[in-house]
Amino acid sequence: MRWACLLFPRLALEGALRRRSDPTAPFALIEGPPQRQHIRAANRAAREQGVKPGQALGFAEALCGQLETAPFDVESVERWRRRLATWAYGFSAQVSLHYPHALVFEVASSLDLLGPWPRLEARLRGELAALGFSHRLVIAPNPAAARVLVNVHDGLAVDEAGLESALASLRLDRAGLARLESDNDIVQTLNRSGFQRLGELFGLPRSALARRFGSGLMRHLAELRGEWPLALDYHRPTPRFSRTFEFDRPVHAIAGLAFPLKRLLQELGVFLMGQDAGVERFCLAFELEDGLPQTFEIGLISVQRDPDTLLELTRAHLERVRLAGPVMTLRLFAPRLSAYAPTRRELLEGPARQAQAWAALHQRLVARLGQPALKPLVEHREHRPEKAVLNGAGPRAREASIGPPRPGWLACAPQRCDGDVVQLLAGPERIESGWWDGDDIRRDYYLAQWADGRHAWVWCEPGQQGWYLHGWFG
Amino acid sequence: MSGLKSLLDSRQVWRAQIAADNNHGEAIASGHAELDALLPGGGWPPAAISELLSTGAGNGELALLWPLLSRMTREGKPVMLVSPPAVPYPAAWRQAGVALEQCHWLDVQGREALWATEQCLRAGCCAAVVAWLPQADSRLMRRLQVAAASGNTLAFIHRPLAKAAEASPAPLRLRLHRHAELEILKCRGSFPPSRRIAFGAGA
Repeated sequence: MRWACLLFPRLALEGALRRRSDPTAPFALIEGPPQRQHIRAANRAAREQGVKPGQALGFAEALCGQLETAPFDVESVERWRRRLATWAYGFSAQVSLHYPHALVFEVASSLDLLGPWPRLEARLRGELAALGFSHRLVIAPNPAAARVLVNVHDGLAVDEAGLESALASLRLDRAGLARLESDNDIVQTLNRSGFQRLGELFGLPRSALARRFGSGLMRHLAELRGEWPLALDYHRPTPRFSRTFEFDRPVHAIAGLAFPLKRLLQELGVFLMGQDAGVERFCLAFELEDGLPQTFEIGLISVQRDPDTLLELTRAHLERVRLAGPVMTLRLFAPRLSAYAPTRRELLEGPARQAQAWAALHQRLVARLGQPALKPLVEHREHRPEKAVLNGAGPRAREASIGPPRPGWLACAPQRCDGDVVQLLAGPERIESGWWDGDDIRRDYYLAQWADGRHAWVWCEPGQQGWYLHGWFG
Repeated sequence: MSGLKSLLDSRQVWRAQIAADNNHGEAIASGHAELDALLPGGGWPPAAISELLSTGAGNGELALLWPLLSRMTREGKPVMLVSPPAVPYPAAWRQAGVALEQCHWLDVQGREALWATEQCLRAGCCAAVVAWLPQADSRLMRRLQVAAASGNTLAFIHRPLAKAAEASPAPLRLRLHRHAELEILKCRGSFPPSRRIAFGAGA
């Protein structure tokens, strides 16, 4: 088994930066009581202007005029770590949040699919860079070793043979010993006894070491060398997705929502990829400065998970939306996930590809124009033209029946047209029907020639004057 | 006359007619024998827009297109109508031989109609797109022409007669006269015949 450990040295800061429209502007996280706030972490732009962790907020603001800050939030760090664990779940079924600030996950089982390791490593790093998280990555034969090696290495890959020497050269203060017993400073004691490197401990008689430092150290050393099995709690992602994006100042136009929407959909895509699922519908909620939240349900024709597709469809959907007021918070949630069957494009033959393109077109049209705009042609067994065509009354016509000629176009409502008919070419055809539902009609239909030569479908009521235009023979 | 012949023999003259005949090898038959005989390549220009100018609905535009649409839909290829002038009467379309389940129409107006037409053309999955776009000017027609070429889709754009005077990038422009009579205003690769052509009108 081989375990990868990802360490996120700036998780809190980068998680907060993801929610900012311009991550390159000076920004810092602050902590401490309100009267003595100090800088916890600062981004590159702020550091370049001299802002450092530990500085008092007032001092930092004096150094950097346009510094923007947000409070450091332990809860949100954990939230981001869980989200990253969900992302890592896409690569491994065994993802653990056992070690703080880090993720460990088993990769050997996935290497057949995603490997070899250099390729998987490049992919992990590429995806993390796209998400905006700096990281250190090490792969080792067991999770404990991977965790301590990531303290000093980045990109190291050790196997069973190389493990002993890699561990031996670790300095004791970087070897995770401090976590063992906080009351009794084990590293200091060892240093005073003349030990500097982990390798020197491996050479000592075990019984003596155990007697002097207790079983905790022995166990830690055994875990590092893979002699003691380490049982970890594995991360199980939740089957629901919900994210919010809060704005510093109210957003008045749909255009201002484009960036946060992209971020949230990207996170949705990562989440779905990790779940090996897709969404058929998801919801967008705008919480307004005043008034009730505006909620939209975005329904898709087929199950999707590609963030770009989702973004395109959401954009098309939002083009029809009018904001009811300034938006303070954007929330994206997918209450239900659906099984996703990826389409294997390169294997598709002509007709299947056609069907896929047709489904995509259908989806695009419906997203922007609304479901009612795209209409099928359905023939109904009903004599009254309005009922049959406009209202869809009556049963669907099944077998092809030969009826009297009908015009290709039907006007929405009959119109009076007394002067325009030049000549009657065919007819009459009496349509008399509908006495049972109170909407009965009694009309004589004719094919008429119009003054400019067009062919129209007109009717008059038997025994009465007045022509009505009801359609065109196109 | 002998001068012209020697000029042709020396291969110094490029003849548009021959180039057009070669290009339009895969023209799509309209289903009207007399019209096919006159159109360069023997049918509708593929992957391009054909412009139909008329005074409005009822000039035989459906009689002109139905043979093509019925052939396509019965082969299982979808056909899209964008912002038709009135509601299509399914019984009539079925009588004309159109397979209704492959036939869809979009009830949209204005800018959305242009957008939808372009989307349908670009998607490349519709066998034919028939659109009624009185608002389209020559710039938009060019855009649609590019879309039709990129999506390899057959397109028919209906515009009012007033647009006949405007330049148009469509390789084929037809004017519908009275019922079931048409005049070819422009056809790329050939000289438009001056006489009107009557096509078999069903109704």
